[in-house]
Amino acid sequence: MFKVISNRIIAPGIRRIEILAPRIAKKAKAGQFVVIRVDEKGERIPLTLVDWDSERGSITLVFQEVGVTTRKLGRVREGGYVLDVTGPLGNPTEIKRYGVIVGVGGGVGNACLLPVMREFKRAGNYIVSMIGARTCELLILEDELREVSDELYIATDDGSRGYKGFVTDLLKKYLEEKVPDLVYAVGPTIMMKVVSSITRPYGVRTIVSLNPIMVDGTGMCGACRVIVNGKLRFACIDGPEFDGHKVDFDSLINRIRMYKREEELALSFLEKRGGEDHGV
Amino acid sequence: MVSKRAVPMRKLSMDKRLTTFEEVALGYTEEEALEEAKRCLKCKLMPCSRLCPLNIEVPEFVKCIERREYEKGLNIILKANPFPAITGRVCPQEVLCQKECTLRKLGDPLAIGRLERFLGDYQIENNIMNLNVPEKVRGSVAVVGSGPAGLMGAVELRKLGYEVTIFEALHEVGGVMVYGIPEFRLPRRVLRFYVDYVKKLGVRIEVDVVVGRTYTIDELLREYDAVLLATGAGTPKFLGIPGEELNGVYSANEFLIRINLMKAYRFPEYDTPIKLGKRIAVIGGGNTAMDVSRIALRLGAEEVIVLYRRTEVEMPARREEVENAKEEGVKFMFLTQPIALIGDEKGWIRKIKCIRMRLGEPDASGRRRPIPIPGSEFDVEVDNVIIAIGAEVNKLIQRTTPGLKVDKRGHVIVDKYGRTSIKRVYAAGDVVTGAATVIEALAAAKTVAHTIHRDLSG
Repeated sequence: MFKVISNRIIAPGIRRIEILAPRIAKKAKAGQFVVIRVDEKGERIPLTLVDWDSERGSITLVFQEVGVTTRKLGRVREGGYVLDVTGPLGNPTEIKRYGVIVGVGGGVGNACLLPVMREFKRAGNYIVSMIGARTCELLILEDELREVSDELYIATDDGSRGYKGFVTDLLKKYLEEKVPDLVYAVGPTIMMKVVSSITRPYGVRTIVSLNPIMVDGTGMCGACRVIVNGKLRFACIDGPEFDGHKVDFDSLINRIRMYKREEELALSFLEKRGGEDHGV
Repeated sequence: MVSKRAVPMRKLSMDKRLTTFEEVALGYTEEEALEEAKRCLKCKLMPCSRLCPLNIEVPEFVKCIERREYEKGLNIILKANPFPAITGRVCPQEVLCQKECTLRKLGDPLAIGRLERFLGDYQIENNIMNLNVPEKVRGSVAVVGSGPAGLMGAVELRKLGYEVTIFEALHEVGGVMVYGIPEFRLPRRVLRFYVDYVKKLGVRIEVDVVVGRTYTIDELLREYDAVLLATGAGTPKFLGIPGEELNGVYSANEFLIRINLMKAYRFPEYDTPIKLGKRIAVIGGGNTAMDVSRIALRLGAEEVIVLYRRTEVEMPARREEVENAKEEGVKFMFLTQPIALIGDEKGWIRKIKCIRMRLGEPDASGRRRPIPIPGSEFDVEVDNVIIAIGAEVNKLIQRTTPGLKVDKRGHVIVDKYGRTSIKRVYAAGDVVTGAATVIEALAAAKTVAHTIHRDLSG
C-alpha cells in the first residue's frame, strides 16, 4: 500500500500525483518508470517517473485520465492509497555531455521530458526544449521546463499558444538552420515516429522513450515487445529508450491499439459502477 | 493378490471442465487412498525414495495411510517436503518416484503422487502446520523470488534459525505457481495455505520489489548475511520468425499472467483484458502448451490446435496433461513447424505459414531431430497464436549485478553447493538450471539453504 500525498488537476483531464514510495524515490533516475496497480481488480500500467524526492520519500507521476486505471488513480484522494507501485523500472537515460540537445515533448510526454532535460542540463548540455499540446490549456509544466532549458519553444494545434501547428514542425524548422548533437523525444508514438523521420536525413542521434502496453514491466510477459533494428526487444527491460531511427513505429502503433475496444468497454463498466472511491 | 491397476483418480465432470477453472483431478477419497496404499509392496529397494529429488520416505508414509495414521504419514513427508499438496499435484511422478516402482512389473506403478496429495489435502483440511523454529537467531538471509525455490529456501533457512525476508517482484506471492500454473491444476487455496504457513513461520515477505532495480544485490548484502537468488526462468522465448509482433499473438507467459494473475477471464469486472477469437493455435509441446490450450477452451474458443514440430511421443508435456487436453477437445498437429505469422490489413494475426517436418536421427536431447520437408509449406488459419516454446532466465539481475557470473544462456553459475561467483550470494532453481520442475527447484533450494547455514556458521 502506497500513500498518496497529493493528487491535483494540472490541466483539464491531466493530474499530477505524489505518492509515498521511499525505496523507489531513493533509486529513481531520469528515464525510468514505475508500474502501478490501483486496487485489487486493477490492471498493471507503466507510468514514467516525473520527479522524486529521496528525503520526502516520494515520487511524482503525471497522467491523463483516459483509461480505467488512470480514472481510478485520479479518484484516489490525498491520504488514500494505491495498492501497488513497483520500480524504478527500465534503463535510466544515459546522461552525458553531448553538446546541444533538442528535447521534443508532446501532451503528457512533456512531463516525462522534464527529468531527462534537467539531468542533461546538469551534465553541461545546452538544452533546447520543444513542447506541444492540442491547446494552451493542456500545456503542462511549462515553467519547470523553462527553468531547465536554454531555449524553449511552444506549439499548439490551435495556435492558442506559441506556434500554430505540431511541435514536430518546430523541430523541422530548427534542423533547417542548426543540427544539434542529440534529439530526445517523448510523447505520443506517432509524434516520436515523425520526429525520427525528420531527424533521419540529418543523421542526428535520436532517442525515443517508448510507452507500449506492459503487464508486469519486468521482462516476464513480452507484451511490450517492439521491433528494433529488425529484432524483437522488450521495452520494459531493454528500453524504454531506443534509437528512434531503428524502431518499427508502425507495428508499435498497431500494438498500442490492440485493446481499444476493451478499454472503452472497461470505462463504461467503471462508469456504470458509479462513483465509488478507491483507496480511501 | 495385488491389483495390477492403480485406483483411478476421479475427475471433474466435463461440462464443468469446459466452463470453469475448478480443479480437474479431484483427489482420492479416504477409501480410495486406503485401497491404493495397500498396493505398495514395501520393497527393500525403495526406488521411489531414491528417485525423489527430496528423498521422501515413500513406503513409510504409505504404510501410515494403510494404518489410517494420516497425521503421522503427513509428518514423514513434511520432514523432507513442506509442500505436499503442491508437489502431489504438479510433480511429474512418472519420471521420478513412480518410474522404477517394483509394481510396474505387474502393472501400474503405485500412485505415489495421488497418495502424497491425499496427505497434503489432509494437512490443509486440518490446518496442520509445524511452526517450530529455533529461538536463537543465527543470522539473516534475503531470498529473491517467491516461487518454489524461494519459498523452500525461506522455510529451510527459517527452520535453521535464520531471519528471512523474501522479495517478490510481482504483487502476489508464489512465482510460477501464481502466474503460471492454472487453477484447474493447482487451486489457489492450496498455494494460499502454504504462503500463510511460510508467513506464520516468521518469514517476512515484501512484494513489489524488483531486485536489481528497487534494491541491488550489493545493498542486500549490506543488510543481510547472505542472499539467495531464486528468480526462476520467467522470460518468454519467441520463435524468431516474421510476424510475432502482430496483434493477437501472445507469449504463453503473457497469456498466463493475464489469466492467472490478473484474472482477465473476469474482464470487465477485473480491469485487465484478453482478446481471443474462435480458432487458436498454440505452438509448443510442453506442459505450458497444455495449460494454455485448456485455458483457451475454458474461455470459449471453438477450436484449439497445438502445433508441435515432432510427434506425440517426443512431447515433453506430462502424459496425464496431454490426456486431459485431449479429453477436453484440444487438437494436435504434429510434425508442424511455423515459419511465418501473417496478419491482415489491421495488423491482426490471420494465418500461420507452416512447414511439415520428418524425424531424423536423435539429437543431443536424445529425441529424434525434426527436419523440414522441402516444398511442404501450408497455411493454418487462426484468430490467435500463443507461443509456448519455453522460457529463459530474466537478464535483469545479471545486468544490474557486476561480478555475477552467468553462462551464455544467462543461467547463474554456481558450484555444486549453490555458491555463485559473488561471496555470500547463492542461487537455486530455474535461474541456475533453466526452466525445470517445481520439485527440482525445491530440492536445489534445500541443498543451498544448508550450504548457507554451513558457510554462515563457519
